Amino acid sequence: MKPSRLPLIVTWAVIAFFYVPIAILVVNSFNSSRFGGSWESTSLKWYIRLMNEPSIWHALTNTLIIATTATLASMVLGTSAAFALHRFAGSKLQKLHYSVIYLPLVLPEILMGLSLLLFFVQLKVQLGLATIAVAHVTFCLSYVAMTVLARLQDFDFAIIEAAQDLGAGWWTTVWKVLLPMLAPGILAGGLLAFTLSIDDFVISFFVAGPGSTTLPIKIYSMIKYGAPPLINALSTILLAITFLCVAASQYLSNRDRKAA
Amino acid sequence: MKAGSRLKFSEWLVTLPSFVWLLVLFLVPTVLVFAIMFKPATPYGGIGEGWTLATLRTLGNPNYPAIVWRTLWLSVAATGLCILLATPMGYYMARVSPSRRRLVLLLVILPFWTSFLVRIFAWKVLLHPEGALKHALVFLGLIAPETSLLYNAYAVLLVMVYTELPFAILPIYAASEKFDFRLIEAAKDLGASSFLAFRKIFLPGIRVGLLTAFLMVFIPSLGSYVIPDIVGGPTSEMIGNKIAQRTFVDRNLPHAAGLSALLTIAVLIPMVAITVLRRKENPKDTLIEEGV
Repeated sequence: MKPSRLPLIVTWAVIAFFYVPIAILVVNSFNSSRFGGSWESTSLKWYIRLMNEPSIWHALTNTLIIATTATLASMVLGTSAAFALHRFAGSKLQKLHYSVIYLPLVLPEILMGLSLLLFFVQLKVQLGLATIAVAHVTFCLSYVAMTVLARLQDFDFAIIEAAQDLGAGWWTTVWKVLLPMLAPGILAGGLLAFTLSIDDFVISFFVAGPGSTTLPIKIYSMIKYGAPPLINALSTILLAITFLCVAASQYLSNRDRKAA
Repeated sequence: MKAGSRLKFSEWLVTLPSFVWLLVLFLVPTVLVFAIMFKPATPYGGIGEGWTLATLRTLGNPNYPAIVWRTLWLSVAATGLCILLATPMGYYMARVSPSRRRLVLLLVILPFWTSFLVRIFAWKVLLHPEGALKHALVFLGLIAPETSLLYNAYAVLLVMVYTELPFAILPIYAASEKFDFRLIEAAKDLGASSFLAFRKIFLPGIRVGLLTAFLMVFIPSLGSYVIPDIVGGPTSEMIGNKIAQRTFVDRNLPHAAGLSALLTIAVLIPMVAITVLRRKENPKDTLIEEGV
């Protein structure tokens, strides 16, 4: 009996389904026609228009400030959380700790967005870049913790004991042994946090204030009210950056795997 | 005894930062939603003093059952379609050569790293009355020129499947990879057809992956807001749209809190059900694990 070809067909059909809309978008960004229904001529017109749009640069600056802050803070909080979850696994406190880290990963973003808005309104906190950054740390923390936790599963704690037997103090053990060995996991978590922060729309939209427009909020208002060809061009730039980052991280992790 | 208390101290030391952060900025705000539901709204968009049942009464609004029903059927349909497509993919990925598997895995993960809004926008362009797909379908005579591909519940469903499919593929693949395919050979040797072996041996074997996929797709689906907002119309609104409208259009925060509380309960029911189900099977298994 011949094995069914159905899984193969479904797999490649789904991959085509994933990439065809993106490909059409990219191709259209070079089309000088406004609606993209027909091909007028190949041009960089929309890219040039995009570069001359100051509000996009402003939004990009905001996004990068928020993403950098949120990534650094969530790397610190997430790493210590993962360490606690792994080292003290099984204790009552850690079971509770795991639940509060796990829940933000599965709950719909809109719930976190609205609840944080209500929280900030109730405390009369001025909405702006700071509230967005705080909100981002809250969901990025869980992603960093899970990534580092996965890395800790195959971490050999005998190395820590060895360092202590050789006279290393608590501080030296953490800085010279534990953190360098966990660095790839922490960096992977940080990269994930950075990407999620840059891409987040729903939560940012709820806790944004006047003047704190981020790039996704800007893209959303362009999609809702404005110029499709400009978004094509902007999307293409974002896609190119993403693909470059993924290629770089693939290269790094392959090198890492070979070295290990 | 002394070592024990030192251990306790260091446990608190590494647990407190993240725990306190999430306690203050995740648990407290979530509980706050349920309290603000019973607060009056002020005319200028704030939250008033005192307590009222006004929000609870407006939740009886005859529009809401239709929206709740639509949210449910769209989420169930999206989850069903995602699992239907992801299962053969998991099977395929578990069986091919490692290099091919890495390629497919990368192609599945890549969209996850690209902008969520860009992916939705790509479909808006494609389904647009001036877009390529519409032209092709009209040319082939499959649809009438006046048919709108956008702004209806099917467009919402399509884009939901598009954005959520990777979340079904990854846990199903993770479970399939651990599956022992010799069991299928054995079933076939004993006379089972390929399909029977798939249904009776493979599907139960990847049960954990299927359950995780269900949670990872169904729960975010219930809270969809951007997708129906961009590719849907007034007849395809979901609970998420109503929460956003109450917040940004009417500036009625207690009302938005009421709808949010409803959504929170809707989300917790399947989560608790699956956790209980899994704990019954395996008492040591305290919480749902991520399959990725």
